[in-house]
Amino acid sequence: MTKIDAKIPEGNLAEKWTKYRSSVPLVNPANKRNLEVVVVGSGLAGASAAASLAELGYKVKVFCFQDSPRRAHSIAAQGGINAAKNYQNDGDSTYRLFYDTIKGGDYRAREANVHRLAEVSGNIIDQCVAQGVPFAREYGGLLSNRSFGGTQVQRTFYAAGQTGQQLLLGAYSGLQRQVGMGTVEMYTRHEMLDVVIIDGKARGIIARDLVTGKLERHFGHAVLLCTGGYGNVFYLSTNAMGSNVTAAWKAHKKGAFFANPCYTQIHPTCIPVSGDHQSKLTLMSESLRNDGRIWVPKKQNDPRKANDIPEDERDYYLERRYPAFGNLVPRDIASRAAKERCDAGYGVGTSKMAVYLDYAAAIVRYGKAEANKRNIHNPSDEEINVMGKEVVAEKYGNLFDMYKQITGEDPYEVPMRIYPAVHYTMGGLWVDYNLMTTVPGLYALGEANFSDHGANRLGASALMQGLADGYFVIPYTIGNYLASEIRTPAISTDSEAFVAAEKAVSDQLNQLMNIKGSKPVDYFHKKLGKIMWDKCGMARNEAGLKEAIQEIQALRKEFWQDVRIPGELDNLNPELEKAARVADFLELGELMCKDALNRNESCGGHFREEFQTEEGEALRDDENYAYVAAWEFKGESEFELHKEELKYENIKIAQRSYK
Amino acid sequence: MEGNLNLTLKIWRQKNANEAGKFETYQVSGISEDMSFLEMIDVLNNRLIEEGDDPVAFDHDCREGICGMCSMYINGSPHGPNKGVTTCQLHMRSFSNGETITIEPWRAGAFPVIKDLVVNRSSFDRIIAAGGFVSVNTGNAQDANNIPIPKEDADEAFAAAACIGCGACVAACKNASAMLFTSAKVSQLALLPQGQVERAKRAQAMVAQMDEEGFGACTNTGACEAECPKGISIENIARMNREYFSAVFAAK
Ligand SMILES: Cc1cc2nc3c(=O)[nH]c(=O)nc-3n(C[C@H](O)[C@H](O)[C@H](O)COP(=O)(O)OP(=O)(O)OC[C@H]3O[C@@H](n4cnc5c(N)ncnc54)[C@H](O)[C@@H]3O)c2cc1C
Ligand code: SF4
Ligand code: FES
Repeated sequence: MTKIDAKIPEGNLAEKWTKYRSSVPLVNPANKRNLEVVVVGSGLAGASAAASLAELGYKVKVFCFQDSPRRAHSIAAQGGINAAKNYQNDGDSTYRLFYDTIKGGDYRAREANVHRLAEVSGNIIDQCVAQGVPFAREYGGLLSNRSFGGTQVQRTFYAAGQTGQQLLLGAYSGLQRQVGMGTVEMYTRHEMLDVVIIDGKARGIIARDLVTGKLERHFGHAVLLCTGGYGNVFYLSTNAMGSNVTAAWKAHKKGAFFANPCYTQIHPTCIPVSGDHQSKLTLMSESLRNDGRIWVPKKQNDPRKANDIPEDERDYYLERRYPAFGNLVPRDIASRAAKERCDAGYGVGTSKMAVYLDYAAAIVRYGKAEANKRNIHNPSDEEINVMGKEVVAEKYGNLFDMYKQITGEDPYEVPMRIYPAVHYTMGGLWVDYNLMTTVPGLYALGEANFSDHGANRLGASALMQGLADGYFVIPYTIGNYLASEIRTPAISTDSEAFVAAEKAVSDQLNQLMNIKGSKPVDYFHKKLGKIMWDKCGMARNEAGLKEAIQEIQALRKEFWQDVRIPGELDNLNPELEKAARVADFLELGELMCKDALNRNESCGGHFREEFQTEEGEALRDDENYAYVAAWEFKGESEFELHKEELKYENIKIAQRSYK
Repeated sequence: MEGNLNLTLKIWRQKNANEAGKFETYQVSGISEDMSFLEMIDVLNNRLIEEGDDPVAFDHDCREGICGMCSMYINGSPHGPNKGVTTCQLHMRSFSNGETITIEPWRAGAFPVIKDLVVNRSSFDRIIAAGGFVSVNTGNAQDANNIPIPKEDADEAFAAAACIGCGACVAACKNASAMLFTSAKVSQLALLPQGQVERAKRAQAMVAQMDEEGFGACTNTGACEAECPKGISIENIARMNREYFSAVFAAK
């Protein structure tokens, strides 16, 4: 085991980033024009990075597998983006956002990165507003805020339930502006299938044109992976269907360490599974926990309809267990609490694997407030109800519509049924303070890296991190590397390393096509998902993880013998795309279980049943596990653990309490 | 077998951009009402794969009505029979047992078919690249609350910005016009103070690109608005026309 160096600048926490920025080596404009950067991914991280780097003068190529950069998975984010603006005068500050994030992450994130994130958070909002992002506003014309889980201030900026869409369209407009000016070359319907490494440095990628099936070689002085998270290893998740780990996994196999793979976020408020046909799960934004109250019947297996259960026979279990934060406890805690109630027999709905999220009280509260605003004295219950629903519709209308569309039930009239689902992956490629992986010249941004959220991400912080990485961090930190690359001329893509990398990719694709087995890719993906959910999901234990590892190895073998991929190599072939992604998930799943097995403690989204307090809360072991687990690929099923010790110099590490 | 809907599907099959396509007929049975339309196609596809046939290619990603990727023309309407939803949000409870469903790709000269139900919509990206932005480099921004924006303007801009770029408006229009899409972006930025500086240039550049891509003219039939899954208002087209003509006029 080697020590890994996170390259955290010296000095006081609050001054590190400022000092770093003022002393980082610069690349002069003439040289920038000769430096090429490959950006894989056009989500918030990729689009913002690509636009910003092109503005600085670098030559940029961007890749995404959708038909347009605007369709990256970031588009689906609903609830909002955090920033320490303190516009509400409710006590927010850079330090508080920093503190909340470290604590929310259950003391498993790196202090210096998180502080930098909090420092630049305000600039993100400024930038987005300047681009024309239509955030929600108050009647006075100023920006509106709401609260999210794990915090007691209102620091979340939003655009109805479409915040990700509006932020991404903002970043996309910046990107398209550069495309129009010719400073960015955009490659849509392209999938990166490997990184090319020359003399130990990342120098480009191999990508497949998904329409023609042709493999292409692209050179870059540096390569940025902004390829999102790997929640789809569970088959069912709230991620877009195409979200996958391939880019990160190929980088891992070429030397980039993979950090904390077992830290998975299970989101408490999703629409429950309705049947075997289910292809994905739909999130009901966390912002709904602002106003909605979560409950189950006090009686086990209660057969009554929600509205027939009187108030005093309802158990608002989050408010009961966590009076200080109530329905706004962090996600990991809310998810486990829901599982606990359902496992104990208090679940609702036909599957009994659901809890209620109820808006009745909020409708009355808003209705009364609205009556006051409109100067209606002594409003009738009916008037209150109508006005309350109007307010709720304005805040959450699209989410309510979506719920109704999917379930056929009207959430304005009956409480929603929700259950936890896989949502986000805190783990990812290990990066240093510069966002560089262990491979020089290879960077990871956004959800693809492991950096800022520790063992649990707070709501509205992923959008913040993706845009921080792309707009405000990488434009500086990449200079640190590229300043020493100005003498490297563009490397020919006919060079040996490119040819060999392309051949390896081509061989793998041919191998997949030639299996000609009997089962479609989905069969394997569903099986893998079930193993992961049952044994490496919301709760894990040693025996289960050991079984899971064996089962995954067996499934992987079966996949490589029996998968059936129709169609051709040289044509649009969605089944081939899926197969290549599932092949990587089948390797990643094993590493996730191994990481979970190694971590003999519970923290954040990683809950090992053997390690809990008497009250069922996560029991951390700071003495032995206050480290980032960074895994090095050594060959099939072989991974070597490296540790980055986490030092808390500014925050007193404590048991997380939301009581 | 999860449900009890039995359906006949007539689906457009086309191997690639160069070969001619045709309808093929398939039967599916045991479809559950809770399935989404795309999950019903998943069922068909997995069966086709097991039988050694080529599955139906279609675009999709988020499956929750926001990425704009899904694009099926179902029984003569883009995104199918329901108002205000995309294909991925359409559920099988909207169909009845024994029904025949016809499924085609978007049809428009500016959206050539790539395979089966998949079309090329990159013309939309080029329209945005022509002017659908505010020219503000990263780091140039002032404090976000420096310019208050009346809530009504912000809300109206937001309503226009809700466009998901799916192209249903084009598919619905007999002229294959892209006015609703283009005007939504022009309007969003015209309604906000941040969009003022480039207002005239933006409208001209985006309209010119739209024409260059081969989209048709607008004859005000309103089919686009009726079929838009995000309720983008046709008033945006009127606003864009005003923007455009005042820009052209001012330039003279
Ligand atoms: C339903 C939902 C709601 C959410 N709501 C919120 C919220 O309210 N607030 C919040 O902060 N966070 C939210 N999140 C989390 C947040 O949306 C994501 O973490 C974030 O958007 C990830 O952004 P990204 O840029 O890192 O990656 P993504 O947006 O996932 O983009 C990945 C990009 O990489 C490309 N790509 C991937 N692999 C390849 C490859 N091999 N070759 C070529 N291209 C590739 C894709 O085409 C895509 O362009 C939500 C997540 C979900 C699922
Ligand atoms: S205007 Fe409506 S139909 Fe047209 S692209 Fe936008 S969302 Fe789709
Ligand atoms: S798949 Fe994203 S809108 Fe339908």
